[in-house]
Amino acid sequence: MVQHSRTIETAETKPKLAVWKFTSCDGCQLSLLDCEDELLQLAEQVEIANFMEASSVQLPGPYDLSLVEGSITTPEEERRIREIRAQSRVLVTIGACATSGGIQALRNFAEVDDFIAAVYAHPEYIDTLKTSTPASAHVAVDFELHGCPINKRQLLEVISAFLHRRPPQIPAHSVCIECKLRGNVCVWVAHGTPCMGPVTHAGCGAICPAYNRGCYACYGPKENPNTDSLCHWWQQELGAEKATVIENLRNFNSAAPIFDVASRRQEGGDDQD
Amino acid sequence: MTRTKTVKVDYLARVEGEGALYIRYDDRGVHDVKLKIFEPPRFFEGFMRGRDYLEAPDITARICGICPVAYQMSSVHAMEHALGVTVTPELRALRRLLYCGEWIESHSLHICMLHAPDFLGYPSAVAMAKDHGKIVQDGLQIKKAGNAIVNLLGGREVHPINVRVGGFYRVPTVAELNPLREPLLRGRDMAMDLVRWAASLPFPKFERDMSHQYEFVALSHPCEYPMSEGRIVSTRGLDIPVSEYDQHFREEQVEYSSALHSALIERGAYFVGPMARYNINYAQLSPLVKETAEDIGFPPFCANPFQSIVVRCLEVLFAFDEALRIIDSYRVPQKPYVETARKSATGYGATEAPRGLLFHRYSIDDAGKITDAKIVAPTSQNQKTIEHDLRLMLPKFFHLPEAQLQAQCEQAIRNYDPCISCSTHFLRLDLRHSERSQP
Repeated sequence: MVQHSRTIETAETKPKLAVWKFTSCDGCQLSLLDCEDELLQLAEQVEIANFMEASSVQLPGPYDLSLVEGSITTPEEERRIREIRAQSRVLVTIGACATSGGIQALRNFAEVDDFIAAVYAHPEYIDTLKTSTPASAHVAVDFELHGCPINKRQLLEVISAFLHRRPPQIPAHSVCIECKLRGNVCVWVAHGTPCMGPVTHAGCGAICPAYNRGCYACYGPKENPNTDSLCHWWQQELGAEKATVIENLRNFNSAAPIFDVASRRQEGGDDQD
Repeated sequence: MTRTKTVKVDYLARVEGEGALYIRYDDRGVHDVKLKIFEPPRFFEGFMRGRDYLEAPDITARICGICPVAYQMSSVHAMEHALGVTVTPELRALRRLLYCGEWIESHSLHICMLHAPDFLGYPSAVAMAKDHGKIVQDGLQIKKAGNAIVNLLGGREVHPINVRVGGFYRVPTVAELNPLREPLLRGRDMAMDLVRWAASLPFPKFERDMSHQYEFVALSHPCEYPMSEGRIVSTRGLDIPVSEYDQHFREEQVEYSSALHSALIERGAYFVGPMARYNINYAQLSPLVKETAEDIGFPPFCANPFQSIVVRCLEVLFAFDEALRIIDSYRVPQKPYVETARKSATGYGATEAPRGLLFHRYSIDDAGKITDAKIVAPTSQNQKTIEHDLRLMLPKFFHLPEAQLQAQCEQAIRNYDPCISCSTHFLRLDLRHSERSQP
């Protein structure tokens, strides 16, 4: 939990909340607008100082709490994230793009230059980096809220926690725990369905197993997962193909270090100790 | 004396994604109009190559957090077309119900949170709520009802997990579906009020003259208001199956936009979205919607883009009506999905996203891996028309003070509910295509 000398909320002024977009689908900031029953109440508690998707008002910094959506994929975004960090007392990244590079980090496993030259009639108009990286690769981040997309209940919890200067209650255990809490039958044990649940960060509420499909890890790795063991079990016990294993490590959180290492190891291209 | 002036908006608010506007004009007329899209490209069509065909609905959902269902629907229809599979009528009805949910949540977001503040002079819906509490509250409740459908059928509102090539992973029981009825009935009543309220807004008078008429393009289906199936039809005689899309439309790159501009070959700009659907398919709307339109004196053909907010409200009303009809006649499908076998093939799919026609084309190999993907988003298709609108309407607004002129231009862009995040992801990554068409 970050410690700040000044209280975040004072009697005279409401804390300033800013929402920033980088390379993304807008879905995580939409989660804030999807809080249909809480949005107007929240707007009474904070001053929405920057939220371009919802308002044309743009107030200057500094900001008490900045929510950052999206990954860093252009030189301009590299500059802008540093500027926002400098203007923000607390910076929280929201969603798979901001916390691990998102689906667009699949470029990290390919030669982007070849792509661009082949694709564009005018590659010179396109200014993009070779990689898609999380905000934490560029600036200090106070808290990361995982998920593709994030869970709006967890978003409200994070906002509320930082406004009241307490640690957010966001468990880092696996989807398996949520499955048990939800009373789901285990799709792996009961049906032999390959499931990423054992290595995946909780937060979604174990939706996929509740809908009879295996988890595909859109919340990224949980803390301390045994990913190699999972890959082994998928192939040896469930008969999954190596390509399927790699596809599931390499989707919405492919650049999360644990998944990145594991998928490269599966490909056999990276010898890890 | 003519002094050149510019309208510059560096970052358009209340649209999805990152765009800017640049207009150069003087007393003699408008010289330059650029809807600049600087949203960084994400290369979906590139990294989808090599991925499994069953992943298409999960991956393409991530193109847009506002309308993920549209991407899922277009992708599964394209894959099913490739594999020669047709889903059962029960599954088809469930998909239509899911789409109703997305139309409701996406339209109500745009109507109440993004577009209404323009008409009433507020910077945001939150600011507007202080004086127009009922509209914002109703808007949020309508949105919530739409989200409840997506949540139940999809598993969650943003990036649903339950859509599968061939159907769904799991289908709801009658008992699970029934609790939706009450919020939908309430939502339908609120939507009726919303239509009347929208119709009472002050609309800038703008209709194009005879020589600049819009070409509206939408799906059209003989038995229903189009969502996921039909032929691609236009108000100037285009009438083709989805599989012939490539022969009639092309995309081009412009310097100032990271989204490609789509055009009708040899005809140019066209107009997709709620107004196009409404104008082409008015006859297929439910009796309630037609009666409501007649009550408020709204014509069956609308050519003023500022009135698109009324059409969106009518479509919300339709989506509630349709959702209730589907729930009332629901029969649980025998199987949640139709089996599909992997084979080498190419398939086409087009569905009506909230913002308009959304085209997908995929080729897959014997192992079911994607070898080529092409996706054309509604906003790519409307970009040219948005720029033409600004060019044509600006002279009518020259008398306004500059701040008001700029606000008017921004409102004109929001008429199209542009989804910039979507449009930018459609940068062609087809190696074969690129090699043979270097300009």
